[in-house]
Amino acid sequence: MNRLALAAMEIEDFGSLSARTVIAGVEAVCDPFGALYLPAMRLLVVSDLHLEKGAAFARRGMLLPPYDTLATLKILEAVIARHDPAIVVSLGDNFHDRVGSAHLPESFRSRIEQMARGRDWIWINGNHDPDGTVGLPGQSADELHYGGLAFRHEPSAKAAPGEIAGHLHPSATVRRRDKSVRRPCFATDGRRLLMPAFGVTTGGLDLRHRAMAGLFEHETLVAHLLGRDRVYSVRFANLLA
Amino acid sequence: MSATDSTDPGQDALLPRPFAAWFSARGWAPRAHQLELLARSRSGESLLLIAPTGAGKTLAGFLPSLTDLFARGRIPPGSGFTGVHTLYISPLKALAVDIERNLTVPVQEMGLQVTIETRTGDTPQSKRQRQKLNPPDILLTTPEQVALLIANGEAERFFKDLKFVVFDELHSLVTSKRGHLLSLGLARLRRLAPGLRTIGLSATVAEPMDLRRWLVTQVPGADHHAGLVLGPEGARPIITILKSEDRIPWSGHSARYAMPEVYQAIREHRTALLFVNTRSQAEMLFQELWNINEETLPIALHHGSLDVAQRRRVEAAMAQNRLRAVVATSTLDLGIDWGDVDLVIHVGAPKGASRLAQRIGRANHRMDEPSRAILVPANRFEVMECQAALDANYVGAQDTPPMTDGALDVLAQHVLGMACAHPFDEDALFAEITSAAPYARLSRETFSRVVDFVATGGYALRTYERYAKIRKTKDGLWRVSNPQVAQQYRMNLGTIVEMPMLNLRLVKRNARGSLGRGGATLGKVEEYFLETMTQGDTFLFAGKVLRFEGIRENECLVSQAFSMDPKVPTYAGGKFPLSTYLADQVRAMLADPERWRALPPQVRDWLSIQHDVSTLPKRDELLIETFPRGSRHYMVAYAFEGRLAHQTLGMLLTRRLERAGLKPLGFVATDYSLAVWALDDLGAAFKRGRPSLSDLFDEDMLGDDLEAWLDESWMLKRTFRNCAVIAGLIDQRHPGREKTGRQVTVSADLIYDVLRSHEPDHILLQATREDAAAGLLDIARLGAMLERIRGHITHRALDRISPLAVPVMLEIGKEPVSGEAHDHVLAEAAEDLIAEAMGEAAMREAEAGRRAIDGRDQE
Repeated sequence: MNRLALAAMEIEDFGSLSARTVIAGVEAVCDPFGALYLPAMRLLVVSDLHLEKGAAFARRGMLLPPYDTLATLKILEAVIARHDPAIVVSLGDNFHDRVGSAHLPESFRSRIEQMARGRDWIWINGNHDPDGTVGLPGQSADELHYGGLAFRHEPSAKAAPGEIAGHLHPSATVRRRDKSVRRPCFATDGRRLLMPAFGVTTGGLDLRHRAMAGLFEHETLVAHLLGRDRVYSVRFANLLA
Repeated sequence: MSATDSTDPGQDALLPRPFAAWFSARGWAPRAHQLELLARSRSGESLLLIAPTGAGKTLAGFLPSLTDLFARGRIPPGSGFTGVHTLYISPLKALAVDIERNLTVPVQEMGLQVTIETRTGDTPQSKRQRQKLNPPDILLTTPEQVALLIANGEAERFFKDLKFVVFDELHSLVTSKRGHLLSLGLARLRRLAPGLRTIGLSATVAEPMDLRRWLVTQVPGADHHAGLVLGPEGARPIITILKSEDRIPWSGHSARYAMPEVYQAIREHRTALLFVNTRSQAEMLFQELWNINEETLPIALHHGSLDVAQRRRVEAAMAQNRLRAVVATSTLDLGIDWGDVDLVIHVGAPKGASRLAQRIGRANHRMDEPSRAILVPANRFEVMECQAALDANYVGAQDTPPMTDGALDVLAQHVLGMACAHPFDEDALFAEITSAAPYARLSRETFSRVVDFVATGGYALRTYERYAKIRKTKDGLWRVSNPQVAQQYRMNLGTIVEMPMLNLRLVKRNARGSLGRGGATLGKVEEYFLETMTQGDTFLFAGKVLRFEGIRENECLVSQAFSMDPKVPTYAGGKFPLSTYLADQVRAMLADPERWRALPPQVRDWLSIQHDVSTLPKRDELLIETFPRGSRHYMVAYAFEGRLAHQTLGMLLTRRLERAGLKPLGFVATDYSLAVWALDDLGAAFKRGRPSLSDLFDEDMLGDDLEAWLDESWMLKRTFRNCAVIAGLIDQRHPGREKTGRQVTVSADLIYDVLRSHEPDHILLQATREDAAAGLLDIARLGAMLERIRGHITHRALDRISPLAVPVMLEIGKEPVSGEAHDHVLAEAAEDLIAEAMGEAAMREAEAGRRAIDGRDQE
């Protein structure tokens, strides 16, 4: 739960814990919480929140802890406070299932309203929640095109310069001597960027998995891994197969 | 057939005519313990029979029920439903099948009207359905099937006529979570059939009283236990320690040096069983033997990861005496009859005196002839361990693990099962559960929390009331909310949580170098083993050297490697830690030069030199040596408490040394000792008393330090996953269903993190901590050791490494360095890129970031 601890800390030099990158000519900051900030547009991207995942499982008979939504929202609050964006884009799979936003407890709903105050908020539809959100601020959309970038949930199969997508929950493994560490990551080759999953109970899929095949130029692909309290950037060739 | 046959006094009457005739037709007489068991069981006692292999234990266990069935006679057709009469429960499916064969023959020869059937996970659905409608007299089954049967709405009818429950290999059942589940099942059976008698069959154990209590109803404030029947003592086994011409290695586990002698021993016997402690040792030994197998003797391999078909082939060949030797792991430990074995070779140290006795019992099933066994120590410490085990076997020492309190995750599973069977009253179920020995000390409050957990997850944030699995209805009874709950329960039943395993598939590279599809399945391998591998790495499996090609879905693809030398050393550590009893014996031997005489000259010399250049620890003393080597300073602690306890100790000590500013770098643990290395001079620091050794090894390390470390330990996460599956929080993984093991592992970790930070006192976390303390961390043992050595620490500051330190020092580099994989791994990898791509300015920036973090850590 290190992101939650980090969210509660006061950090002066937050920028040094993040990684900077450029996607299709647009400067971007990959922060240690797994959020992407585009300073020129004052736009913040988070992806795959999977809110109410515990409740979604409980509806199907697996009584997972009900604390995931609160934890994810706390981290999101910290991220929004840190960057103070004008626009927030949540890149799909905002809720773990279709009825998630309709069943959202009131206390969580008001936290989201609080966060959205004074900003534009765009909920991109994902495969888990294709029908959009119910009773929340902001608007729902399948895609967003803005500032030369394309924001969508699932990455498109063909080359798509300037695409910011989620869905695949990229993670990567680094090995040194006998130890290996696997962490969620941002993945970008300078043309396209895949977002790490932001929700606290979301798993990861390795960058070398088949599902990722063909998405990136491996020569320029860099994984920005979410470490315990900062982002580490590692070239694709140095990742463990 | 009249019942008066069996009411006359005396032995003839005890044994009805067909039984007596059957014995005498074979020129046999029933043995004393068989008759005693029969007589006492008939008078209503529940009994524990302790007897060696080959003493006719199984027949003894069935005599009470067979004679009772004989007296009952055949049930006339049309007389309505008759429930099962005798339940036989064995830990292994194969054993139940084996017993069916061995029991059916005498029953037919005696002409008894008794039906005998098995019911295991392999029994077809149609047969199971039929068994429910028309149960056999004797049902041979496993603990999991018992749990399924009692969770069924028909359980009351099915078990109403139950008279006997026979537990085979009871000693191996009771110390695990499987045993906990079975004890709860037994408590339920006693409620369904109040008059039932239990019969436990067991090999010799350290504490028979534990088993005797287990077999009967426990009542607060009273000591209830089953009667004890002792079988005859078997002939003393003839055990020797292998003498080799070659030098005995300092460390390692392969025993490669002794292969010529081992091969010679195989040649001189009909059939040899070679036992090792781990799968990878089995692989290694098998390969080594075939390298020198000039006569191409039929030597086979048998371990749990091999493909089932392949295992069955080996077993069949074994039963037909077509093999000269089988290299095996614990899969062959338990009492199945495997043809004419006349020699057991134990490679590597046995780790426990009882385990050794059990394995040696595999050779020769005729109890009046001595079995023959050869111990092959793989290194010098193991020579002492083998000698200690050998002494122990002669004095009949027993060191089976102690019984533990019933696990809460198992209880949760059972509570749900009972709701599936029938709506339950909480007080009545509590009384029933505490009548089972492992749960006799369960508090009412803990029980209620478990019920609450089963119902809604037991969270302080009560948001799942509407999704409850079981609900308390107006009549005050708990019942399942919907039929899906019962279905989910059946899918997840059991206490054996499989580690994520991948199929190994042998593929070929085609002409263009790409991988083909198809190819034979060789067996299964643990996912964590593959995680450390990169393409091209070679390793041993199923007696072949294989090349790792990659992972495709839930399969691991490998190709044939054209080399004899696997690159990845597959030794995964001793699977069984050194038993407390043997550890004590080894310490005693070390302290007493008189006892060295039994040891080979090389080992004697080794100890003598140690005595001259440093010292040998006394039996209750902890010897610490410190010495410099290269640019590092080492500390070796000779604790002899087994690898798990040493690992935990290593973790805790490095934390403390870190705090003392001594810059520890890593540690390696073996069964015998622990080596820690640091940048600072540890010896000098201890001399100055900063910190003093008594502070360093103070028992308070099991307080805050342990807590702090546990918070981030992967061991706790792994334990949590098991508990969560058993307790029904997350689903057991089934082959072919959506998720790969990895995804399940990841999400269990994440659930653990969320739960720990929001509700650290949750009942499942409590269960996890108790489990880890007893299991992977071996905290009880570490605690006992710290208490024992208080005031008895001897420090020797040496100029150089001592002879006794060599074994553990050789493990450095061979074994992965222990310690948690931290972010520094990421940091190092990232530095390459930073230096290369962004130049020095970025390096400075990164450094500043790190300083910021360091600064925060110190706050």
